[in-house]
Amino acid sequence: MDTDLYHARILELARDTSTEGRLDAPTASATVNNPLCGDRVTIDVIVENADISVLGHKVRGCALCRASATLIGAHAPGHDAASLKVVAGAVTAMLKHGGPAPDGPWQALEAFRPVADHKSRHDCVLLPFQALVDALDQAD
Amino acid sequence: MTVDMAVLRAEFPILSTQVRGKPLHYLDNAATSQMPQAVIDAVTTHETQARANVLRGVHTLAERATDAYENARADVARYIGAAAPEEVVFTSGTTSAINLAAHSFGALLSEGDEIVFSLLEHHSNIVPWQMLRDRRGVVLKVLPVTDDGRIDLDCLDEVVTRRTKLIALAHVSNVTGAVTDIARVVAAARDVGARVLLDGAQAVPHGPVDVAGMGIDFYAFSGHKVYGPNGIGALWARRELLDEMPPFMGGGEMIRTVTVEQTTYAPTPHKFEAGTPPIAQAVGLGAAVRWAMALDLETATAHVNRLTGRILDGLRERPGIRVLGPLGSQGRAPVISFEVDTIHPHDVCTILDHHGVALRGGHHCAQPLMDHCDIVGTTRASLMPYNDDSDVDALFEGLDDAMARFA
Ligand SMILES: Cc1ncc(COP(=O)(O)O)c(C=O)c1O
Repeated sequence: MDTDLYHARILELARDTSTEGRLDAPTASATVNNPLCGDRVTIDVIVENADISVLGHKVRGCALCRASATLIGAHAPGHDAASLKVVAGAVTAMLKHGGPAPDGPWQALEAFRPVADHKSRHDCVLLPFQALVDALDQAD
Repeated sequence: MTVDMAVLRAEFPILSTQVRGKPLHYLDNAATSQMPQAVIDAVTTHETQARANVLRGVHTLAERATDAYENARADVARYIGAAAPEEVVFTSGTTSAINLAAHSFGALLSEGDEIVFSLLEHHSNIVPWQMLRDRRGVVLKVLPVTDDGRIDLDCLDEVVTRRTKLIALAHVSNVTGAVTDIARVVAAARDVGARVLLDGAQAVPHGPVDVAGMGIDFYAFSGHKVYGPNGIGALWARRELLDEMPPFMGGGEMIRTVTVEQTTYAPTPHKFEAGTPPIAQAVGLGAAVRWAMALDLETATAHVNRLTGRILDGLRERPGIRVLGPLGSQGRAPVISFEVDTIHPHDVCTILDHHGVALRGGHHCAQPLMDHCDIVGTTRASLMPYNDDSDVDALFEGLDDAMARFA
């Protein structure tokens, strides 16, 4: 059966809680809601010398949303706002227009490519990125 | 007697479509039901033989269109048990019907008057009252829900007061499927002289209702949930109330005379139908309720109740699944919400979609109820008489697959 949307890697990322949790004293935090399903993502960041040094997140959402937040938790620290906005733009383009996955460690986002075929689920993957961008805008 | 499923299903062309290479198992009827060929034909015939504007033209097509539109009103009046067609105001659906009531009946209310609704209402029976509160200073009171997903009518005594002017409740919950005991609501309202509005969006699809017999004052519903087209629905209200209420929107078709200074309005119901109405949609709704009235309701209900029982039993047998709503088939409609442990409703729905099964997942426009239950949403299966055992089989095959994947 063709449900490769929920392949092993996505389920593994969704179950991974290693980067989960709120920060006590973030530089900025942002919460976004998906009005379609009521899902909610909060991202806290501490920004030092323009780069994210620590990131925390809390997700009330589906497997795709949690998997996406896990990758952000794993790979966003050490990057600045400008480069992360490029990543957010690239994920959006990958889902909506079949663009390539972003470079480097963000290649892992390739795991979400099957979601492209499910328009109503794009926002599940993009919600944590939107929270990330909102938090970075606030920290700016 | 059994429903001849092959014959019944053949009347719904969409049921033979495929999704993702699988036969369609459509279990999202509470969101929108499907249309039988008779309704599709009625709309097409109208558009090809009688399409014109209504009420104003004197040419033949205009007369045909006006007749068709007013005949549809009479059909709807019969289906819901209205005393007269003039008590049926066509709207674009339940939402616009409730908004009409909130504006026009709301205009008769004063600061401090109270409106009661419940925690399980669809947003369309919450937000218009909040907007009215912000316009006119009415006070909103909320009835709680019981553990099995019913409006807690034991609290009526506490919540309804001498200042209550309206009790606005779901006739059937679009989340839990619970049917509200209207007699108790009407009794409580009569005690204090309050009006009763029912959101009938989920009741009307399951057979004719009797608005006059129920002793209520307003009834709202949508055509697309009862075999009809989108963009049409109705607000029923007692004639004397409609006569007393000011119009909601102003424009053409709702006037008697207009000068640049002043307007006098058309009589009920046209004073509430400003502008060119959705004529073909109304004709389709007329055909839809005629189709529903011709259905052998007793047999259809027994069939749907049996499938509902199968779904409830199957859900209960599976560890990690919790039904949100009445567990028995008594006092419930075939709208079944459930939570699957550790699997988000949208993940359930996407996996089921790959089995050809259309379900609804999420908050179902009932966020206050979801917050009360402390859940993000539910997965919902909802039935119409054209559903069959193969739909229930596919539902469980898909659920077992989802649970195995997430195990
Ligand atoms: C109980 C209930 N009320 C109101 C509505 C709103 O109906 P519509 O969107 O057709 O106006 C719905 C539809 O989902 C419903 O189930």
